[in-house]
Amino acid sequence: MSAVLVVAEHDGQTLHTGVARVASCGKAIGADRLDVAVLGEDCGGVAQQAAQIEGVSRVLCLDRSENANPVAAVQAPQLAALAGTGYSHVLGPSTTFGKDLMPRVAALLGVPQVSDIMSVEGERRFKRPIYAGNAVLTVEAPAEHIVVGTARLASWPAAAEGGEADVEQAQTDAELPDHTSWLELKSAESERPDLQSASVVVSGGRALGSSENFSLLYDLADRLGAAVGASRAAVDAGYVSNDMQVGQTGKIIAPELYFAIGISGAIQHLTGIKDAGVIVAINKDPEAPIFEIADIGLVGDLFAIVPEIQAAVEGS
Amino acid sequence: MRKILVTLKRVVDYNVRVRVKPDGSGVAIEGLKMSVNPFDEIALEEALRMRERGEAGEILAVTIGGDECQQQLRTGLAMGADRALLVKREGEVEPLAAAGILLEVIRREEPDIVIMGKQAIDDDCNQTGQMLATLWGRPQATFASEVKLNGDTARVTREVDAGLETLEVRLPAVITTDLRLNEPRYIKLPDIMKARRKPLETLAADELGLTAPPALKALSYEPPAQREKGVVVDDVPALIGMLRERGFLS
Repeated sequence: MSAVLVVAEHDGQTLHTGVARVASCGKAIGADRLDVAVLGEDCGGVAQQAAQIEGVSRVLCLDRSENANPVAAVQAPQLAALAGTGYSHVLGPSTTFGKDLMPRVAALLGVPQVSDIMSVEGERRFKRPIYAGNAVLTVEAPAEHIVVGTARLASWPAAAEGGEADVEQAQTDAELPDHTSWLELKSAESERPDLQSASVVVSGGRALGSSENFSLLYDLADRLGAAVGASRAAVDAGYVSNDMQVGQTGKIIAPELYFAIGISGAIQHLTGIKDAGVIVAINKDPEAPIFEIADIGLVGDLFAIVPEIQAAVEGS
Repeated sequence: MRKILVTLKRVVDYNVRVRVKPDGSGVAIEGLKMSVNPFDEIALEEALRMRERGEAGEILAVTIGGDECQQQLRTGLAMGADRALLVKREGEVEPLAAAGILLEVIRREEPDIVIMGKQAIDDDCNQTGQMLATLWGRPQATFASEVKLNGDTARVTREVDAGLETLEVRLPAVITTDLRLNEPRYIKLPDIMKARRKPLETLAADELGLTAPPALKALSYEPPAQREKGVVVDDVPALIGMLRERGFLS
């Protein structure tokens, strides 16, 4: 009998698209009960969104002012207390939110954590990538302990909508620390789709040469309804902001169509895109490693090719 | 003056591509070039900059592992750490066990700040800093891209999926580093010579009197699924044609 508790990531208004993916991972464990915990302040709206995920049994709302912003040290004691009320598994997303929070929950429970679950092989048996995805490790979590894990979002389809779970208020008597103050979040304003859930992504690398030149990619992305990403090299060079980085230490994504433009394809970048449906690579170096995993490659000068693609899609 | 503890993990070098052993019993790392985990180098660099700004005093570099890890501690000493400590333990040390050992080191050393890499590039766990902060009962600021110290607090900008988040944590605290925090310095030959004379202590993990926490069991290793080899097209019309064929760009 497994009872899975999924920790909901949200921004106060909107449930993160990853929650439905983590729910799929929970279902794969064979959960008899799949509950979602929403920690927030006035988070009823978010809880309602979670209730619509198919397969969710209950949504537990931990509504208190200390939860207004996500602080791992504040959320973890509440989740650990909730986990102790009869859950066999506690799962979060393998996003910066989940990576920050879940090890704290695991440490409070005194159990190891399974990071980046890519498949479920049994109630306590999971596959996860190591060495930037160069190897896949099958691990078994110890018997008679709660399993804590993060789900690698690109490995899991989003559970469908259409559920009608009950939303309940939950309370814990966990003692919350006051040593951490949340000050602010600066987000790059963007009307484009979210990088982690977009079906098409256009990414650029160091070969773009400047942040101005990235406008080439923004124009193409807007025509395709795509999100824009970048290699680590482009972020390090200051062409674009950190939240656009795709790869081992950035975002792991699985769009249906991925354009790698002027990206040579370091293994750390390839790790972030290998679950994409179709990968298109455009690079002037025919020996670039990106061509080893690309479905469609085009060798040449991106500054000539990208405008030509733009013209072709505009003409269609 | 603030005392800083930095952790350095010995890992297969960033530029080396590892392979799974044919029998699936592990990853073949024998004979490969080993280095300090790149995120840990960034952690040490940040500590050195704090000291150079007059914000920190002693810097202690710590690792857990076999005698071979002395090599990475010497690298840390050559970069500028004052002292190094090797906690000897053979075999895999999982994040929760590592956090328990580091907590014992913290009890002895009483640092004001612990700076660690956000993840090691071998197991890619991204857990140890958070677990250590929890066992220690102290705040954490993970994935740091900027750290400003002010009295007994640190204001830390964090690289999160949505952008840049800022937290203020009371010290002592654990900070884990992201890529853009700084660019680690290169080591000069005289620094390597000087590092030989700096103190490197060893301590057997068994002497710490810890009980091993529950651990994951590694069952088997396999190479990742390979994508099928694609095609190279000659020009943009051919590319557009293929994308249309596959149902894109309708």
